[in-house]
Amino acid sequence: MVTLEKRPQPSRIVAWSTPFMAVLATMIAGGLLFAALGEDPLVAIRTIFWDPLFGQHAFFYRPQLLVKGAPLILIAIGLSLGFRAGIWNIGAEGQYILGAICGAGMGLAFYPAEGWFIFPLMVMAGALGGLVWAMIPGLLKVRFGTNEILVSLMLVYVAEQLLASMSLGLLKNPQGFGFPGSRNLQQYPSAHNAELIAGTGMHWGVAAALIAVIFAYVLLTRHQLGYHIRLTGEAPRAAKFAGIAPARLVLFCLGISGAFAGLAGMFEVSGPAGQVSIDFNTGYGFTAIIVAFLGRLHPVGILLAGLLMALTYIGGEIAQSSLGLPAAAIQMFQGMLLFFLLAVDVLTSYRLRFGKREAA
Amino acid sequence: MTDALLSIRGLTKAYPGVVANDDVSFDILPGEVHALLGENGAGKSTLVKMIYGLVKPDSGEMRMRGTPYAPSEPKAARAAGVAMVFQHFSLFDAMNVAENIALGMADPPPMRDLAARIREVSDQYGLPLDPWRVVGDLSAGERQRVEIIRCLLQDPKLLIMDEPTSVLTPQEVDILFETLGKLKAEGTSILYISHKLEEIRKLCDEATILRLGRKVATCTPRDTTARQMAELMVGAELHTPTREGRRPGEVRLALKALSVTSPGQFGTSLKAITLEVRSGEVLGLAGVAGNGQDELLAALSGELRSGAGMVVLDGTAIGDKGPAERRRMGLLTAPEERLGHAAAPDMSLTENAALTAAERQNIARNGFLSWNRARGFAREIIERFDVRTPGTENAARSLSGGNLQKFVIGREVMQDPEVLVVNQPTWGVDAAAAAVIRQALLDLAEGGTAVIVISQDLDELMEVSDRFAALNEGRLSEVRPARGLTVEDIGLMMGGSHDMEVADA
Repeated sequence: MVTLEKRPQPSRIVAWSTPFMAVLATMIAGGLLFAALGEDPLVAIRTIFWDPLFGQHAFFYRPQLLVKGAPLILIAIGLSLGFRAGIWNIGAEGQYILGAICGAGMGLAFYPAEGWFIFPLMVMAGALGGLVWAMIPGLLKVRFGTNEILVSLMLVYVAEQLLASMSLGLLKNPQGFGFPGSRNLQQYPSAHNAELIAGTGMHWGVAAALIAVIFAYVLLTRHQLGYHIRLTGEAPRAAKFAGIAPARLVLFCLGISGAFAGLAGMFEVSGPAGQVSIDFNTGYGFTAIIVAFLGRLHPVGILLAGLLMALTYIGGEIAQSSLGLPAAAIQMFQGMLLFFLLAVDVLTSYRLRFGKREAA
Repeated sequence: MTDALLSIRGLTKAYPGVVANDDVSFDILPGEVHALLGENGAGKSTLVKMIYGLVKPDSGEMRMRGTPYAPSEPKAARAAGVAMVFQHFSLFDAMNVAENIALGMADPPPMRDLAARIREVSDQYGLPLDPWRVVGDLSAGERQRVEIIRCLLQDPKLLIMDEPTSVLTPQEVDILFETLGKLKAEGTSILYISHKLEEIRKLCDEATILRLGRKVATCTPRDTTARQMAELMVGAELHTPTREGRRPGEVRLALKALSVTSPGQFGTSLKAITLEVRSGEVLGLAGVAGNGQDELLAALSGELRSGAGMVVLDGTAIGDKGPAERRRMGLLTAPEERLGHAAAPDMSLTENAALTAAERQNIARNGFLSWNRARGFAREIIERFDVRTPGTENAARSLSGGNLQKFVIGREVMQDPEVLVVNQPTWGVDAAAAAVIRQALLDLAEGGTAVIVISQDLDELMEVSDRFAALNEGRLSEVRPARGLTVEDIGLMMGGSHDMEVADA
């Protein structure tokens, strides 16, 4: 019989090895899934994990790793701060959309004027847009005790409607021959989030993600606020005893995760995506939740997890085009990752004991 | 001995890093009240858990009436006639007594029959209890009766009791002892764990003393003094707290008709509590658990806000201030619940040191925390209060209850408070450590701190208090000088004879 036995204290080694165990389990289960779809599992796994980095067309895919990874990391870092404190912002996707709308809107307001100040203003507007959107569940929670999970999630759908309305109305390109979508910011130099070094995928969003990683690391390990976040998550009563005002922490955590998601949306719309369009959002805000947990809510972990998740995105696309795997299979693959991670997580606080118990 | 009910031979259990029990052997005779004594971490609970089937021994054997006994789970232990009353009750507040008891049974009879059985057993053993009352409304003593009756319904041959009297008034203790006397007369054996040595002397026939997992002595409590037993437990000479004659100074903390509604559904709201504590004085507050102690502590720590003028510290109204601000002003508190309230279970001792000491010990500067200073402070606490732990980076929850208690009390004591409020400072702490904590409280008072000790341990309160009062249903009794109070006086104060309820002048 297998039994679970509580560890005297959570094992750090296991805590850090569970993501690897989860990735491995996902590869096995995913392989079985691909086999069931009639593909050679080894080829499928190699296409997803190996080809983007070392395959024939790796020169094209490698920069994509940063392009796809940066928004995931930036959003996940923001989310992880709240998750640490038990504040569950599930609506990063909506905040991401609002950041894109506000950032692009700010840029387009100046069109066609050029100026160095336009891009920084767009950055601020993007962050503010996400922040304000996240403040809605925040203020409702603090004031009326509503559940931030539900409210933030619902607001994603509101944001999607807003996005559609913007692409069809206010922000629609006047010279776009009636097609939905805004002007392309890539063709507006002052508002374009161009690659900093050509051909590397390195744009301002990547820089922002790296800064966010460092910021979160310092905050959590050195700053009192980070200590309060961790304390609130681990022992809410002790946090109250220590004198932490829960309301302020809720607003801070939702605010910062909203602002980071907004930034990610802004960098995306002004760079890789280029324009506000109906199908602008591709689920980064939701995938970032997986990234945050896969990275153990630790800034460095999130950096690595974001890159891994970006890899499955890119590898998934390759698998779709070269092997003809359905997109849903790839999404399922990503979902499995979170599923397995949560499952093996139990091993951090418990250990397995094999062997029969003696009968009385 | 072959006539033993339970004989334990060479029982050993090791956990990573500690040997909880090392070759422990003793016998429990039928109809014997057997005391199990030892400091915190001496291995009492591990031993009991092995007997009750919660933990499996590494080696050694137990025999029940001569036949091998190795329970794999509590159910097996119960089937063999072993029942246990835990220190912490496992009852559902929202259900009535009979429902709670039915929940613990494999095959509960119809409610009406069960209620009749409960009444029968409660009459038989002198434990008054109404099966239809909702548990949330019961006192701690009554809740314990529910647990005891739950055990008695199984008709046990061996009843294990873990610190049963820590939550009882003196009168309730008497009732319990009568019950245990009846059980004993019927031939039921009782394994009795307690820190209260006088109690053991009164009740127990035989005592086994553990130290660091080994059996160090057996004695007959009636023929041994409490001091001798304590010294056997500690393995060294015990020093009792001493205090010089203190002269109380000016009023540091004043509560003026403090009334606060309890946030919990089954909590006790505070009703117009008025008191003063002076510099250099220890005020002892007695009361059975659940009579407003937790709420009073929260109202003083700042977790519960009140009207500004209801709490006055050194002339400043602070009733509406939060914990951080009060701490800055020198009002420090230590709540009863160590894990999860006074300390974060999964955080290290270093991190827990920063929990209340961030500002006063200069651990936080400009919002940034110096873990070096926090570690230094944690180390100081560990050294001065002899906290047994491998180091400052161990998680709080890896410490035994008593050791963590030393740490959280030490953390407040060492911050030079102006006013210190502690709730159950030595709860679950062994005699030697309790003496250290009490001495530290007395030393603080000596140095001019005003100290409030909330406790259910009357001996402790009589040892440290200058003045004494009791909480009952959220009201405070008259505050009287501790010297000269009889046990009857105290019992009446705790029982809430409201004609004595006079506001403190």
